[in-house]
Amino acid sequence: MGRCCCRCCCPRGLWMLSAPCCDDRRMCVCPGPRRIGIPVRSSSLPLFSDAMPAPTQLFFPLIRNCELSRIYGTACYCHHKHLCCSSSYIPQSRLRYTPHPAYATFCRPKENWWQYTQGRRYASTPQKFYLTPPQVNSILKANEYSFKVPEFDGKNVSSILGFDSNQLPANAPIEDRRSAATCLQTRGMLLGVFDGHAGCACSQAVSERLFYYIAVSLLPHETLLEIENAVESGRALLPILQWHKHPNDYFSKEASKLYFNSLRTYWQELIDLNTGESTDIDVKEALINAFKRLDNDISLEAQVGDPNSFLNYLVLRVAFSGATACVAHVDGVDLHVANTGDSRAMLGVQEEDGSWSAVTLSNDHNAQNERELERLKLEHPKSEAKSVVKQDRLLGLLMPFRAFGDVKFKWSIDLQKRVIESGPDQLNDNEYTKFIPPNYHTPPYLTAEPEVTYHRLRPQDKFLVLATDGLWETMHRQDVVRIVGEYLTGMHHQQPIAVGGYKVTLGQMHGLLTERRTKMSSVFEDQNAATHLIRHAVGNNEFGTVDHERLSKMLSLPEELARMYRDDITIIVVQFNSHVVGAYQNQE
Amino acid sequence: MMFYRLLSIVGRQRASPGWQNWSSARNSTSAAEARSMALPTQAQVVICGGGITGTSVAYHLSKMGWKDIVLLEQGRLAAGSTRFCAGILSTARHLTIEQKMADYSNKLYYQLEQETGIQTGYTRTGSIFLAQTQDRLISLKRINAGLNVIGIPSEIISPKKVAELHHLLNVHDLVGAMHVPEDAVVSSADVALALASAASQNGVQIYDRTSVLHVMVKKGQVTGVETDKGQIECQYFVNCAGQWAYELGLSNEEPVSIPLHACEHFYLLTRPLETPLQSSTPTIVDADGRIYIRNWQGGILSGGFEKNPKPIFTEGKNQLEIQNLQEDWDHFEPLLSSLLRRMPELETLEIMKLVNCPETFTPDMRCIMGESPAVQGYFVLAGMNSAGLSFGGGAGKYLAEWMVHGYPSENVWELDLKRFGALQSSRTFLRHRVMEVMPLMYDLKVPRWDFQTGRQLRTSPLYDRLDAQGARWMEKHGFERPKYFVPPDKDLLALEQSKTFYKPDWFDIVESEVKCCKEAVCVIDMSSFTKFEITSTGDQALEVLQYLFSNDLDVPVGHIVHTGMLNEGGGYENDCSIARLNKRSFFMISPTDQQVHCWAWLKKHMPKDSNLLLEDVTWKYTALNLIGPRAVDVLSELSYAPMTPDHFPSLFCKEMSVGYANGIRVMSMTHTGEPGFMLYIPIEGMDFIGRDALLQQKQNGVYKRLTMFILDDHDSDLDLWPWWGEPIYRNGQYVGKTTSSAYSYSLERHVCLGFVHNFSEDTGEEQVVTADFINRGEYEIDIAGYRFQAKAKLYPVASLFTQKRRKDDMELSDLHGK
Repeated sequence: MGRCCCRCCCPRGLWMLSAPCCDDRRMCVCPGPRRIGIPVRSSSLPLFSDAMPAPTQLFFPLIRNCELSRIYGTACYCHHKHLCCSSSYIPQSRLRYTPHPAYATFCRPKENWWQYTQGRRYASTPQKFYLTPPQVNSILKANEYSFKVPEFDGKNVSSILGFDSNQLPANAPIEDRRSAATCLQTRGMLLGVFDGHAGCACSQAVSERLFYYIAVSLLPHETLLEIENAVESGRALLPILQWHKHPNDYFSKEASKLYFNSLRTYWQELIDLNTGESTDIDVKEALINAFKRLDNDISLEAQVGDPNSFLNYLVLRVAFSGATACVAHVDGVDLHVANTGDSRAMLGVQEEDGSWSAVTLSNDHNAQNERELERLKLEHPKSEAKSVVKQDRLLGLLMPFRAFGDVKFKWSIDLQKRVIESGPDQLNDNEYTKFIPPNYHTPPYLTAEPEVTYHRLRPQDKFLVLATDGLWETMHRQDVVRIVGEYLTGMHHQQPIAVGGYKVTLGQMHGLLTERRTKMSSVFEDQNAATHLIRHAVGNNEFGTVDHERLSKMLSLPEELARMYRDDITIIVVQFNSHVVGAYQNQE
Repeated sequence: MMFYRLLSIVGRQRASPGWQNWSSARNSTSAAEARSMALPTQAQVVICGGGITGTSVAYHLSKMGWKDIVLLEQGRLAAGSTRFCAGILSTARHLTIEQKMADYSNKLYYQLEQETGIQTGYTRTGSIFLAQTQDRLISLKRINAGLNVIGIPSEIISPKKVAELHHLLNVHDLVGAMHVPEDAVVSSADVALALASAASQNGVQIYDRTSVLHVMVKKGQVTGVETDKGQIECQYFVNCAGQWAYELGLSNEEPVSIPLHACEHFYLLTRPLETPLQSSTPTIVDADGRIYIRNWQGGILSGGFEKNPKPIFTEGKNQLEIQNLQEDWDHFEPLLSSLLRRMPELETLEIMKLVNCPETFTPDMRCIMGESPAVQGYFVLAGMNSAGLSFGGGAGKYLAEWMVHGYPSENVWELDLKRFGALQSSRTFLRHRVMEVMPLMYDLKVPRWDFQTGRQLRTSPLYDRLDAQGARWMEKHGFERPKYFVPPDKDLLALEQSKTFYKPDWFDIVESEVKCCKEAVCVIDMSSFTKFEITSTGDQALEVLQYLFSNDLDVPVGHIVHTGMLNEGGGYENDCSIARLNKRSFFMISPTDQQVHCWAWLKKHMPKDSNLLLEDVTWKYTALNLIGPRAVDVLSELSYAPMTPDHFPSLFCKEMSVGYANGIRVMSMTHTGEPGFMLYIPIEGMDFIGRDALLQQKQNGVYKRLTMFILDDHDSDLDLWPWWGEPIYRNGQYVGKTTSSAYSYSLERHVCLGFVHNFSEDTGEEQVVTADFINRGEYEIDIAGYRFQAKAKLYPVASLFTQKRRKDDMELSDLHGK
């Protein structure tokens, strides 16, 4: 039955290791059905299909009392004290997805309890509890962000028109992260999505650090020297990244100095390694080096620790949680995608007849990828051939086969024990961190090394979708590209009005134009392609159209349950400037 | 209509009558003869373009006595923007020169019908400029003051008065208005035809349906034009090609850059009102509503300048005349809403047509006239920013004067083609810039406006460093220059948003910067200044410069002269400073925007066959202005040379080493009148004197380093002060002496400068001093036998001006862009 939705770290059976399983509110439930549709209705959760319209907290007590395991019967679920989530240090307000105020009124416990008991009756008049379209919109749009590249930035004409990004949490707090930045000392733009597991600490760290590592890897020797000299002499530093952030995309202030020092060590090594020959910097190599270096730094920082107890705990949480990364570097017509894990980069190509086709620019690193299975088997002795991937998981535990952090799959048993023992109590008490994966003989089993794909942009390449697997497991790639493509072109296509001999007064024309404008905005109620995609991903019915009822149900799930029906979704849609791309092509 | 008659000459059927006919056909008797016969092979002047500017230039040249003139038009006369022009003549302009041009045009068109017998539809309606906000009213008052000075009647009036002047107007949201009673409406196509007709009578030969392919140039001088109907030899060529002027300029073998770009422009025509509007109804400009409204045949004509312009013809020439452009009602919707807000009664008025009439815009919203800096005899008049009708008469007159007399009767530097640098002319730049310029037509024009698009075309080598220090930038001649530096604690948003005519928010910031220049010392990056070197093998350089410049340049080597280049009229063409580098070579510094003009002027006046070498070295030097009373101290500190007036008198120039850099041209002068120095530092990568030595140093390291020491435990009130010559101890070892010291008000500590050596403990030999060596030591300064602890800092100069940051405190956010 389906996949475990806490797909990364909850092996079947692992939950049994940790005692009272269900008193962890951060539990990770792994029912088969991802879609609210058929499987749920058919079997395990009749309760939901009837009572669904009422988003409630009434299930709290059930969950708390382990009732859910009974309800689910055979469903796999697991729970562990997530490193990140049991922490009170994470500023909840920044992370937590705050429901619409109207939502709160649904959730008064008393009322809910009553609803629960009267559940079946309410099933007949469910619309009463639906979120209104504006409420749905405010939830969908809470995290949307758009950036339009200034048409002319002086230095060069950008092949990127702009990007739209958005994310919809299922975990609370969300474990996905996204980043976008323009390289200031080299050309090009960086965009990435990061899918965290076992908490959000690792994805958070990667989202704020990785682009610096990439940017530094791309810098010419002289610029590195200049920056180093500036640090040395206390001068203001050359800015190397211009971030394009949603206000919710925060950077951790506390670790910033620590991160800076690690980064500085990296560029100092780059400076020292420079042989004096001015070789052209290879983007592919830079991406690979940056990924590996950052993962290495994450691992080292956790081993070394920090005198500050908060930081010490933070670096450990970062290292013991994990994150996948899918990063695009766009410079003119040169598009590089570096992927580690199972997020995906998809190119939207418009064929001559106007139709859309999808070109995958990354390979998923999981059990569905034969080459990855091969690689893992080759990297470990024959004796482990059966245990290294079990039940489509790394060591029977982890879904992605490549990831940042996750030192449980990288460090030797000795090292893990040593670090945990000398670590803070929170760590020492944590069953998950203490648990050594079974058949753990020849670490490391996991790498952060990305697979880098190069694509030379063509005028027919209209956009790039970077998204975490939350999107790809609900929608087919072809549908994703078609929906975005039609959305982006539809914005421009509208039958023009001509007066053409008719008697029209100014007032009539004005009325007509105003009407057209409102119509336009209702057809395209999303100003953001990523929001539009999420609307489809969450609200699509069997016919591939957005069903408001369904959308409303999905979005009004209490956060404790949302994770059972969907994963965090994070999407970046990058739109290319075909004219610029075409001009590059003509130059050659 | 005139050109329909012209049409019949070339055997075309008259186009279907319709709205195009709105300026109503007339029979004119003495019209321009458009010829279908063969072109002449020779002429003094060839004018390309039969719109209002081309015909105006022809008219004025012929009036001034030049007779041998050919005017070529690729389509029919007045069939470009001129044909579709809304026909509003408005004198309320922002620049005085523009007001004068419009005023002259008004007077010219007024009497044109009488002069030529061709009806131009000239009606004196007056115009009213509405103000919805106080800032707009201030802007109008400023224009009003300007108009009154040059004798154009205008007054500021109350909303009530506005309602009296135009009964359809909703005046509830107005705070005031400006009334210009002598403004007019006129049929621009008929004006162009009347001008052409008068020119034709004065001997100008006009040929339509003749396209100029390119202009022939020999030795930087126009020799003729190549058309699709043959060649014409000529001395002068005038590019009046409107939207096609850019394209035509580029078609030359030696391209002439004329930065302009077209945008679609929409206006609405309606059928007459029930009681038709009188022809004397004033024209309304509601800039806050982005629209203009004039009466038109009893109905109204209303267009505007929207916020989201649609650039057109980026790819270049695609039509000989403007026709069949798409109407875009959705695009016009905001302007229509604005119109109905202003005149609610128009709701029931019937639409006749939405006209799409592209207009040409320039990068700075001013028209382009003058002679090309690259090709002598190549004149330009184009880029009218939708005011072709208002400016056409006056601009044509000035250009004709320019050609006939060598200079126009008014100072037109603001409109001179040479104000643009070469980088401000790419298609992409223009496309983006005009999208910003067109909305500006009706935006409130506050002082110190800076364009946002097409920036960072040229930057100083120090750009990134200055930017990191919080520089806010302005653009001059395509060059980015810092306006001021925003202190770290300042609210940036508030700064950018405060755009009014009152005291600006940057006042305090600049005040403190000025204070620093007046009382201490500042460094100003002046790399953008135009820099030329003029050398010769003999004495020609001196001779030519003596001829071109007003002050005596036969000064001893090393001296600097402030002087100017004057024109024949005794007016200033350029003011500059010239340093005599040696007997035969001079270094000339002029303002940034003089780069093109000054170069052209020098080239034009230099003897053609001399062995004089003129080189533009603007990009070869970083120029720093060290300014303020302490500049002397800083420089002598860094150069190890006395810089007092005895040793380095004012207006003196010599090459010296400053800090570790060699071959720096130091001049004891500033461009602001404060005491100080200009430092011209050769830009890296270029070979310069001392480069080898520097490279050697870079490779081998240096044996002493200038280091700044901050005294930690020194009490300024009680302890002896450091002055100079105090021993410096590193980890208890003597490493050098201080060279100077001062109390730093910002650090509230004493600061000493001194060179640190690295003496071998065994041999006493000098070893290389690395940054690491400096940073890893514990220092003490010995003042009269008492040792004070000191912190060592490298890069003393930078640190004097920047906020010091400890590297331990650096974090990722230090690497962000702003």
